[in-house]
Amino acid sequence: MCATCGCDDHQHSHHSHKTVVDVEQDILHQNNLLAERNRGYFEAKQIFAVNLVSSPGSGKTSLLVKTLTDLKDFLEFSVIEGDQQTTCDADRIHATGTKVTQINTGKGCHLDAHMVLHALQGMKPKDNSTLFIENVGNLVCPAMFDLGEKERVVIISVTEGDDKPLKYPDMFHSSTLCIINKIDLLPYVDFNVEKVKANALKVNHQLEIIELSCTSGEGMDKWYNWLKTKVHVSDLSYSY
Amino acid sequence: MHELSIVMSIVEIASQQALQANASVVEEIELEIGTLSGIEINALEFAWAEAVRNTILENTLRVINRPEGRARCLDCNTDFAIQQYFDPCPACGSHFINITRGKELKVKSLVIA
Ligand SMILES: Nc1nc2c(ncn2[C@@H]2O[C@H](COP(=O)(O)OP(=O)(O)OP(=O)(O)O)[C@@H](O)[C@H]2O)c(=O)[nH]1
Ligand SMILES: [Mg+2]
Ligand SMILES: [Zn+2]
Repeated sequence: MCATCGCDDHQHSHHSHKTVVDVEQDILHQNNLLAERNRGYFEAKQIFAVNLVSSPGSGKTSLLVKTLTDLKDFLEFSVIEGDQQTTCDADRIHATGTKVTQINTGKGCHLDAHMVLHALQGMKPKDNSTLFIENVGNLVCPAMFDLGEKERVVIISVTEGDDKPLKYPDMFHSSTLCIINKIDLLPYVDFNVEKVKANALKVNHQLEIIELSCTSGEGMDKWYNWLKTKVHVSDLSYSY
Repeated sequence: MHELSIVMSIVEIASQQALQANASVVEEIELEIGTLSGIEINALEFAWAEAVRNTILENTLRVINRPEGRARCLDCNTDFAIQQYFDPCPACGSHFINITRGKELKVKSLVIA
């Protein structure tokens, strides 16, 4: 229950006879409204919001920890951590000195715009900062739920199959950047980078793709450049 | 199982509409769920049984329309049916396509009493 977004229950009243009501309403309407509200908040405060999605263990938290450590002197960050249980990932983020808010979804398999709205009210991220939202490790459910983010980044690691984009097309279709992580393990696994890229582009021809390793650091510069251009672009759009 | 949240949203929309119309019973609900919407109908049915219990939709007849996916090729402008996002254009083989139908996820109508 909350007063800000009207998420209350209703009582039913009785009486009257049979009629057809044309509803024509998007089932995700409520989520989309709240997502737009978050988006407006981000735009007003010039916050660059990134929704990070992947299967469990592809390296979302590792990417964040490394990025926060390397870039904290250059950019202002905050993080929302979505997990079904535990604060382990939030603790890893906290250890880098970054402001972090944990959302435990319990049985819920994805974050939604409503949860993010409440997390924002609590954390109040700074103007002109970058907000990372680590979604629940799940390649299916988070795909449908707009959080109001500017960019959606899907991570796949080389220990997963190169047919992942075809098996989970919704997520690859709705993302704007795909990170292929753990490339330090390429010599040890049967993973065809060219094939996964081709598959990802079949699902979404606009997808950008970056290969990197959070462990060895190889390719991290490409990700940082991507981030810097995006942050820069939102600055520019403010000052025109 | 995002289908559970989807059913809960459907219940919310139906309750709201019933309240507005002063109705106490929803006899029928018509949904539009495109084949590219990301919803598994089996999972939806499973979630439905759970989520409608003790709600206005508990005994409601459910009708689901399933618009088939369609796309337009950005290279040769062919309009064609697709089953999956990664289906190529049948005329030129291109993957540069725009989805034009199949992502619908809507409550179309209710029959109330
Ligand atoms: N070899 C190698 N291991 C990595 C790399 N990146 C992450 N890992 C390891 O992969 C495991 C999972 O990484 P996390 O960052 O926790 O993955 P996650 O996506 O946040 O996982 P969930 O939050 O549980 O969904 C950890 O043991 C990491 O050390 C990499 O580039 N190379
Ligand atoms: Mg994590
Ligand atoms: Zn074509």
